[in-house]
Formats: sequence, structure tokens, C-alpha cells
Amino acid sequence: MRRLTGRILLPLALLVAWLLLNDTLSFGQVLLGALFAMLISLAIRQLRPLAAQPHRLHLLFGLLWHVLLDIIRSNIAVAAVILGANRQQPNVGFITIPLDMRDPHGLAMLAVILTATPGTVWTDLSPDTNKLTLHVLDLKDEAGWIRLIKDRYERPLMEIFE
Amino acid sequence: MNGTELSPWIALPAAALLITGGLLGLLGALGLLRLSGFYARIHAPTLGNTLGAGCVLIASILVSSAIAERPVVHEVLITLCVILSSPVTAMLLMRAAIYRDR
Repeated sequence: MRRLTGRILLPLALLVAWLLLNDTLSFGQVLLGALFAMLISLAIRQLRPLAAQPHRLHLLFGLLWHVLLDIIRSNIAVAAVILGANRQQPNVGFITIPLDMRDPHGLAMLAVILTATPGTVWTDLSPDTNKLTLHVLDLKDEAGWIRLIKDRYERPLMEIFE
Repeated sequence: MNGTELSPWIALPAAALLITGGLLGLLGALGLLRLSGFYARIHAPTLGNTLGAGCVLIASILVSSAIAERPVVHEVLITLCVILSSPVTAMLLMRAAIYRDR
């Protein structure tokens, strides 16, 4: 089951992208898109043999909802920092967070989530100690950031990818 | 627009979303100007990239669906491409800056 979901997700995503690009649901385009999706997936498997094995995909919806809310919230927070920057420059800084997740696909998702959220940029992950260095625009409560990232993002990603 | 009148139920939210998106992009640019130092500045343009782009895309979906009189959602692909590509450039810039400062 796990192997099957891992194999079917990429062709499915490619097919959806094809249909969106062509803005149609006609039978011919579905057929053509499915053919391309399968061929590209086969080619990708040669390029990157390490396949992601996501499971419990329903958790992804909750995670994405949290990410959306956090992006809106951080947009407002960063806007406030910028508007106040004439009076007071923000307190920028790096924080180090020990991660438990090892799966490269989960880590890639975490990197994209953290960097796409305004106010935080993924900086480095040390390969031997698995410690993440994160740059934060308005660093006040370091422990709060660590708790937020571990509970809100890392745990669901670990449940999905490991 | 071939002369189609948009109903105010579509036009007003679309206009509000476009203004919000534009303001967010402007704020991001302002942040680039006001914040000091590379490490603070790298955070500012994310505003236009995330919520700003999102607002413009939702406005585009609303207006084109109203004009075509069916759901037009291929703007979703733009969101996907922005979300996939912009963090990668941000991370590359960050690493380059750190390498330079070392």
C-alpha cells in the first residue's frame, strides 16, 4: 500500500498539472496527459531512485491549513516590523533546532514551508548532528520558535514521511 | 474584456484583493529599503511572494471565472510554481551570504 501511494502520486500530480495547463477535461487530453505523466514518472525514477513513501496523506490537509494560517499571520507580523523599522530595527538572529526527522523528502518539505513563511529562512542542516540553523527576522522567544516548529511542522511531516 | 459587465459581487472583492496584493508587494519593497543589513532584508520580499501573489491570483480566478461563466482555476499552477521556486532562491542567497561572511 505504501509503495503504491508513493508510485501513483507523481503521475497523478503531473496529470492534474497537464489538465490545468490546458484548462480542459476532454477525453483526448486526459488520455494524452496520462501517457505523458506515466512516461515522465518512469524517466524520473531513473534519475532519482530514492522514492518518497508518504502515507497517512489526510494529515497533509491539516498541515497545509496550518501553513496557510501561519503564512497569513507572519505576513501581518513582518508588515508590522517593516512599518516600525524607522523607530526600531528588528532583532534578527539565528536559532539552532535539533531535528528528529531524517527522511530527505520530509526535510525538503520543512525547508520549503519555513522559507516560504515570511520572517524565517532555512539556513543550514548539519548532516551529522541533524541540527537545523534557522534565520529569524524578529527573534524574541527562542523556545517558542523551537516548540512551534517541532510540534506544528516536524511532527506531522514525520508521521507522513517516516 | 469584449464589453462584458462584471457584477459588483465579483468586481468589488476582486478590486479589494488586487489592492491588498499590491500593498503587500509595496510593503515588501519598502522593507528592502528600510531594514538594515542583508539578513533582515532577505525576509521582506517574501510578503509579495506569498500573500501578495495569493491575493492577485484569487482576484484573477474570480474575474476570469465570471467572464468565462465556468470555474477557471489554472492560476493554481502559478501558486505552485512560486511556492516551489522562491524558497530555493532564498535559501541559495542565504547560503551565499553566510559563505561570504565567513
